[in-house]
Amino acid sequence: MGVNADSDIVLEMIDIEKQFPGVKALDRVRLTLRKGTVHSLMGENGAGKSTLMKCLFGVYSEDSGEIRMEGRPVRFENPRRALDNGIAMVHQELNQVLRRSVMENVWLGRFPKKYGFISHKKMYDDTKRVFEELEIKIDPRVIIGSLSVSQRQMVEIAKAVSYNAKILVLDEPTSSLTNEEVRHLFNIIGKLRARGVGIIYISHKINEILQISDEVTIMRDGQRVAAKKASELTTDEIIRLMVGRDLTRQFPPNTNTPGETLLEVKNITGKYKPTCENVSFSLRKGEILGVAGLVGSRRTELLENIFGVAARESGEIYLHGRKVENRNSEESIKNGFALLTEERRATGIFPLQSVQFNTILANLRAYVNKGLLSDKSMRGDTTRIIETLGVKTPGQRTHIRYLSGGNQQKVILGRWLLTEPEVLLLDEPTRGIDVGAKYEIYQLIIQLTSRGKGIVMVSSEMPELIGICDRVLVMSGGKLAGILDLRNNKHENAQEEIMRLAAKYV
Amino acid sequence: MENANLDPKKAADPRPQTDRRLWTDFLLNYSLYIILGLMIVVVIIINPAFLSLTNFTKILTQASTRGILALGLAGMIVLAGTDLSAGRILGCCAAVTASLVQSVTYTSRMYPNIESDLPVLVPLALSIAIAVAFCLLNGFGVAKLHLHAFIITLGTQLIAFGALCIYIDSQKGGAQALSSFNPTFLNVVNGGFKIGGFTLPFLIIYFLIAAACMWVIWNKTALGKNMFAIGGNMEAAAVSGVNVTRNIMGVYLIAGVLYGCAAFLEAGRVQSVNTGMGLNYELDAISGCVIGGVSFSGGVGTIPGVVIGVIILQTINFCLSYLSVNPYLQYIIKGLIIILAVSIDVRKYLSKK
Repeated sequence: MGVNADSDIVLEMIDIEKQFPGVKALDRVRLTLRKGTVHSLMGENGAGKSTLMKCLFGVYSEDSGEIRMEGRPVRFENPRRALDNGIAMVHQELNQVLRRSVMENVWLGRFPKKYGFISHKKMYDDTKRVFEELEIKIDPRVIIGSLSVSQRQMVEIAKAVSYNAKILVLDEPTSSLTNEEVRHLFNIIGKLRARGVGIIYISHKINEILQISDEVTIMRDGQRVAAKKASELTTDEIIRLMVGRDLTRQFPPNTNTPGETLLEVKNITGKYKPTCENVSFSLRKGEILGVAGLVGSRRTELLENIFGVAARESGEIYLHGRKVENRNSEESIKNGFALLTEERRATGIFPLQSVQFNTILANLRAYVNKGLLSDKSMRGDTTRIIETLGVKTPGQRTHIRYLSGGNQQKVILGRWLLTEPEVLLLDEPTRGIDVGAKYEIYQLIIQLTSRGKGIVMVSSEMPELIGICDRVLVMSGGKLAGILDLRNNKHENAQEEIMRLAAKYV
Repeated sequence: MENANLDPKKAADPRPQTDRRLWTDFLLNYSLYIILGLMIVVVIIINPAFLSLTNFTKILTQASTRGILALGLAGMIVLAGTDLSAGRILGCCAAVTASLVQSVTYTSRMYPNIESDLPVLVPLALSIAIAVAFCLLNGFGVAKLHLHAFIITLGTQLIAFGALCIYIDSQKGGAQALSSFNPTFLNVVNGGFKIGGFTLPFLIIYFLIAAACMWVIWNKTALGKNMFAIGGNMEAAAVSGVNVTRNIMGVYLIAGVLYGCAAFLEAGRVQSVNTGMGLNYELDAISGCVIGGVSFSGGVGTIPGVVIGVIILQTINFCLSYLSVNPYLQYIIKGLIIILAVSIDVRKYLSKK
């Protein structure tokens, strides 16, 4: 590839500056994207990645600086105009019309027409063609809501391709994909690269970045701190550049010591299929039990069954040897359980409410004094959570939607800590949050175990499971495939073993 | 914690804060009050005689019963639902109230067996009980049967209207308006505190008491917080230990109490109840709520907003008839003002995205 030849440059962002009240969000940021390359954009949440992309797509207008596409200065008024000019973005949180078909979602806003009416045949054929090119095996006619998150993501990428985009921005595309699906995605990226598409790839997963990128731009506090060839970078260096300090380890040391048995789950089977079947395990005080498995292995359903938000067909739960029913969340909370859900936006936060509201909601009972809520104790508890968990927020009254993903996650974790649970069921607790915040979440989890809490943590990130869990329960096709004891038996090939178990009943 | 190098303000509202922005923010945040003020100023310019204490008391008195209705209905909207049955429930309860407060000297009263005035608490309690029953039916449909509030309350609206007609029709003398109420009842509803030459109507006081109680419920109780949680994100609420069914029923129950009170008062205010009672009252109440910033997408709204919204709507009504505007034209103007007010209010949330 003829690097440095100007004709290769598809996008240039030059000295972009953006000032928000009290903070310089972008400080003379540069980004150069070449045709047929993957350029990764890294940085902690709040480093300015999204702001930069929003300037590109015209969601924000930059205070100064210039954006050039194929040498011409451009300035888009809105994302739609950007799309018309060949810049497409696949968002981390998919915005799709769930109850309509795949093809309608792909051609939304530009349905192919014949005599003024929509031609479903052309729509089908065109979708099929794009899917075949990308080797996506999805029927364009199925309702998109019935697909898995990864399939929906593939559809979104195909949609971007159907616009003949010259520039494609992928925001955290692999956060909910299994390894197999990630390979498929990389395959597609490879095809697009060969076609000359310039790809901006935003991710927190360093291994993937090193694997897929040609160039890497790292941002911190609104500044570009490095722009290098991927081949010149190492994991340690990327982390150091991102956090601006040496993060010698990705995971804090496991100082926890598992104690007596806290929780016993026997033969849990959910009521409405597909669900988990016949799963049994036990959890000790101060123990972190990881739950691994492929997407669709019903890990979330297992947690939901234990917490009583999904209907249980059969099975028993014992806490301290005493049987608990956990028929609904209210009862489970009283029994000392907490469930941090997987989809923060859908089932975690109340976006239009304040940080305080979001913090205290699960613990309202504690603030009622003669029928009325005590502002003082609600404020006190929220302050305590903000301080101990290091939530970065301008104040308690700020709407939670203005916080970064990592800070939102801390608020929700705080919501659960206030209920003083004994068993914390965490579903993908670090999804979509940056390295620094992840480390803090791990620290919090380990601190909790030192206070005798038991943690069940579903995760799709292998290093995380191996890095902080005492044992890892592997699920496959809704069934328990095996439990690995990482604390007592040093598994040389823990990762391979987990993968093997995960594929057991598929 | 580490990461001290990250500016906490980074999480702040990412909007440029220029002077122009401050102005638009100001206009947006106080749009309701500005609209109300402008309307009054325009009417005063057209007819300076409008500016009198009597007129303002009249507006507030007229707004009171529908205001109480709106205070109940607002909860339904915060729950991301609505209530189409409020008007007819009010009609039904007003008819029951009216039948029990007719003067014992009135010969064609509905219950000739009642020979001395009942204590006013009796019709009030009955009115509340009937309204609560209807509302719990609505609540059951929403919380347990998982019907959309629009559907279940549409059904209840018809049921309540049928019941109202049957009740009025069941009089010995046939379907005639229930009227001629006893003076004790009329005084409880239409009386007032005399302060010098000015009378402060009880109705306004009742309205303010209802608003104050509702403010406490919305802001200072677990039910209020849970209501916003359910309206804002039902799934997250369910996971966070909020008993969704019980809280929805609670909100409907409180609405029933308010509807019952509003019906009792409206019977006395209008002083005659026929089958047309309550027609389209729910639409006025819903308009008042949305003008006051209660969002139809749920989870957003304030009691002061509802109160101001209802007053704005009543001010429009009053001003238009005060200026003797053609009644058909009045509908058009009201429609336009509702659309204008809500589209300005919606900006608040749009611009923050």
